Amino acid sequence: MMSAQPNHSRDSVIEVSNLVTYYGRHKVLDDVSLDVASGEIMVIMGGSGSGKSTLLRYLLGLHRADSGVVRLFGRDINTLNSREWMGLRRRMGVAFQGGALFNSMTVGENVRMPLREHTRLDENTMRIMSRMKLEVVNLAGFEHLMPSQLSGGMLKRAALARALVMDPALLFFDEPSAGLDPVVAADLDNLILRIRDAMRVSIVVVTHELESAFKIADRITVLDQGRILMTGTVDEVRNSDIARVRNLLSRTCDEQLVDTDDYLQRLTGGTD
Amino acid sequence: MVTEMQAARLRTFTERIGREFVIGVEDFGHGALLLAESLFWILLGRWWQQPVRLRAMVREMMEIGVMAIPVLSILAFANGAMMAMQGIYTLREFGAESQVISGIATSVTREFGVLIASIVVAGRSGSAIAARIGTMQMAQEIDALRVMGVAPVRYLVSPILVASLLMMPTLTILSNLMAILGGGVISIMELHISLGTYFDRVLSVLEPGDLWQGLSKSLVFGVLITLIATGNGFNASGGAEGLGRATTRSVVLCISAIVVADMMFTFFLII
Repeated sequence: MMSAQPNHSRDSVIEVSNLVTYYGRHKVLDDVSLDVASGEIMVIMGGSGSGKSTLLRYLLGLHRADSGVVRLFGRDINTLNSREWMGLRRRMGVAFQGGALFNSMTVGENVRMPLREHTRLDENTMRIMSRMKLEVVNLAGFEHLMPSQLSGGMLKRAALARALVMDPALLFFDEPSAGLDPVVAADLDNLILRIRDAMRVSIVVVTHELESAFKIADRITVLDQGRILMTGTVDEVRNSDIARVRNLLSRTCDEQLVDTDDYLQRLTGGTD
Repeated sequence: MVTEMQAARLRTFTERIGREFVIGVEDFGHGALLLAESLFWILLGRWWQQPVRLRAMVREMMEIGVMAIPVLSILAFANGAMMAMQGIYTLREFGAESQVISGIATSVTREFGVLIASIVVAGRSGSAIAARIGTMQMAQEIDALRVMGVAPVRYLVSPILVASLLMMPTLTILSNLMAILGGGVISIMELHISLGTYFDRVLSVLEPGDLWQGLSKSLVFGVLITLIATGNGFNASGGAEGLGRATTRSVVLCISAIVVADMMFTFFLII
């Protein structure tokens, strides 16, 4: 069973094969397979309800897959014990959509939190390291502020600093440009590219913003209604002739044919 | 037609009872798991490189215990005074009003001291803890903890459990003292005795068993408050409205659980 997908490159940091997940009885992800190579920026793109956020949660190991395998750094995450998980988590950084900074701590304390929990560094070293990461995301001098005092863009950058503080090999970024104005969003895109080049980290970005995706991605996975439509480079996605991908790119929605009987049945709530 | 509708209504009704029952069982199981996991981290966390931090425990002890002292003192004092007034009024009919002192001493140390202390803690901290954890849940802060490799139960629940196990007995002792003092002030005025005589009488009536009864209950109530409040926080969903629901549910369940558990305790300890 373990050798079902033997021919993945040794360099893959994430390998997902045939992932199927349910929310209640509703199938959210259907037979999703993808891999992320070391050092690449993979953008998972899709509209609302496409299952991209769900896919991220499974990649982070926040849920157990109903079927299929998720491998991080070559290890099947379903077979890890909690100690192994903890070791793996130290090599991952996650910047959540709203930042998910701890509201009771200052920005500096937030960034130091992973160091405090996982290392035995002294306070001074931790301070220096957190300032270094805040410098990287252009937030130097803001470490004494509380998260509630930051703007949306600053929150995301602070979350990024916290995600980077353990020097992860794998970075996840959920919706970096959601809720930001175009200038700040572009700024964040540049930051992501800079971080990849400076730290040689693999980055998975989940987004619905086309412009942002085309700018930063090495490869793009397009999700739609829980299925992968295609995975390819930016040009391949741009030139794709798959109808639903084209719809997504041109921002048109396809007309859904309405079956009258079916429609009436839904309205009346009748079973048969 | 009518019978068909009645049958449908009956089915909806029974389905609802069934669902509520399942939710209740789920809550119970969830609470038991929370207790087991937080005890695990308290006892073995250090060996798993996940110690329960002293700083967090002290902070919770301040929140749950020290900050509750003023309001608890006032409530316990008032309750003791009320018991004395009612007791003297009732016992006067039999000319036995001086017996009120032994009544206050035993009922406060066995029942009312611990009951007032736990209701104050449930009202203050039961809502605050549920709101805090619920907010964290909705802002993905709990997920952030998990992906950082920090067990949320160790970080959020264990310090509260330790704090309530230490502070509930302490608050109960304070509550006992204040309630007895409240009863004393009324007794001085109505029975024309000195405070020294009052306390002599109280001490001569009390047995260690009376105090233990209250203190042992306080530990159980502390655990109940911790599990119900944190459990409701973790299960919160649905925005601001959901958060409000979770905090209300937390306080109501905390107080109900305390009163029902108290009744069962008393049943088994006395009968």
